[in-house]
Amino acid sequence: MEGLLAKDIVELRSLLARKEITSVELTRFYLERIKKHDDAIQSYLRVTEDLAINMAEEADKKLARGEGDLLTGIPLGIKDILCTRDMETTCASQILRGFIAPYDATVIQRMKQSGFSHLGRLNMDEFAMGSSTENSSFQVTKNPWDLARIPGGSSGGSAAAVAAGLCVAALGTDTGGSIRQPASLCGTVGLKPTYGRVSRYGLVAFASSLDQIGPITRSVKDAAALLQVIAGHDSMDSTSIPQPVPDYLSYIGRDIRGVRIGIPREYFIEGMDQDVRQAVEDAIKMFERNGATAVPITLPHTEYAVATYYVICTAEASSNLARYDGVKYGFRAPGKDIIEMYKKTRSAGFGKEVKRRIILGTYVLSSGYYDAYYRKAGQVRTLLKADFDKAFEQCDLVLTPVSPTTAFRIGEKVEDPLTMYLSDIFTIPVNLAGLPGMSVPCGFDRLGLPIGLQIIGRPLEEPLMLQAAHVFETEMKLKKIPDRFA
Amino acid sequence: MKVTRDVIEHVAHLGRLELDPDEIERYTAQLDAILEYMDKLNSLDTSGVEPTTHAIPNVNVFREDQVTESFPVEASVGNAPERKGSFFKVPPIIEVE
Repeated sequence: MEGLLAKDIVELRSLLARKEITSVELTRFYLERIKKHDDAIQSYLRVTEDLAINMAEEADKKLARGEGDLLTGIPLGIKDILCTRDMETTCASQILRGFIAPYDATVIQRMKQSGFSHLGRLNMDEFAMGSSTENSSFQVTKNPWDLARIPGGSSGGSAAAVAAGLCVAALGTDTGGSIRQPASLCGTVGLKPTYGRVSRYGLVAFASSLDQIGPITRSVKDAAALLQVIAGHDSMDSTSIPQPVPDYLSYIGRDIRGVRIGIPREYFIEGMDQDVRQAVEDAIKMFERNGATAVPITLPHTEYAVATYYVICTAEASSNLARYDGVKYGFRAPGKDIIEMYKKTRSAGFGKEVKRRIILGTYVLSSGYYDAYYRKAGQVRTLLKADFDKAFEQCDLVLTPVSPTTAFRIGEKVEDPLTMYLSDIFTIPVNLAGLPGMSVPCGFDRLGLPIGLQIIGRPLEEPLMLQAAHVFETEMKLKKIPDRFA
Repeated sequence: MKVTRDVIEHVAHLGRLELDPDEIERYTAQLDAILEYMDKLNSLDTSGVEPTTHAIPNVNVFREDQVTESFPVEASVGNAPERKGSFFKVPPIIEVE
């Protein structure tokens, strides 16, 4: 079992194919690690041990017949927002407690077809609303690099589990940075695909024009492997893009000579951690040493992105969350008539950040304010998108920090929603423009906390992002798992 | 102050939420700060700019109108907190004399 943690999916697949290890052994290896370490980290909401072993046994049968696909026999963790048939899917909310999904999300269906083993359900901010996973109504997940700090959010359970070696890799979702920011704060790789690249069918909706599903992994190659399985058109999601899926893994190992990298001056702001700035500047130099050309660019509307995002995402959320009414599924509080039942159910079932966003979203959509907020934000979104269109005439990729700071302390920003919102400033514009974005580890600050580099591409240019990220990762050779969990 | 307690109470009603006095107090102050921050959008001239609702435009997505398998009744109502046979059961909607 020595060295298993350091093996990527492709290596594990070849060990499995050569019968040097079975999927049941590999799955048990991770289940044991969860038992040993997850009391300290609290990344899993529920560990599905029996199911994981069953799926691993099925995978071993397939492998014994000489069959198998990219994920056959690979144990993975799933953010608890992706509907999985006959399994509880809670979104870390009291209102969905006990909800048993009657169908599989398209990504789950594809991963089942590929033969993965389902280790369990990972913690998150309630309904994916948050940047620290402190808004989970069940538990607070700790950052494996410093247990007094947050893992980022909303896919904090996914990033923490991957960083502590409690799964080979995990799925997360990203509406304003919820894959990239926790990936960055936990020292892992996170990829938010182009809007529409991955089907959202079966993803519990937060803000439908922004949500995307993507991988959180310990290596760039694993991100390519997972994306390979989950990407592609789906008739069940009318926003999914009807374009063929490239062979992502074939871009791993290609060089980046001649690639133009854009450096937006608006992303190197006052108040940014000095260590973060330094690490990102060093990363840019490393790209240049590998044959890329750095180009200064400008994204002039960046400072309006956070305001734009919080109008649009709360408006969409207030509408999407209207479905939690105590009638069709989940929790119900009694009431003397239907309106009272709705109010009591929703007030007891939602946590305070979710209520805050429903109120804000209802406000910006309400009569008299719609044009001033919602329409205005849609217009500014057009300008933000145009900034990127223009920048991509001069460069092929954009490089920025993922987050202005490293992981903050548990409790530090809980009572100050606006400061929490502002921590997403570098990731939000990417969702508003529908672009693919990626977080790749680029160093540690003076406290030993991970720093992430963001790589942004043109729509559907995940291949070039993966190619560049892999070159960078290979040069950096950073530690992937903190010593106490290695 | 852009936001008053009355506004919060009204919006909470529209969103079918019931807030206690502490929550009203807290949300009034927090929303006021957030909306004030959002006002920076008004410093931009956006006249003539079309709003974006989806970043990757997909217009008129059609599919064949075919009968496919649908969820069985049990799967559809199985999660209901209260049901009667194959129906969702709710508290009174219309007042009975």
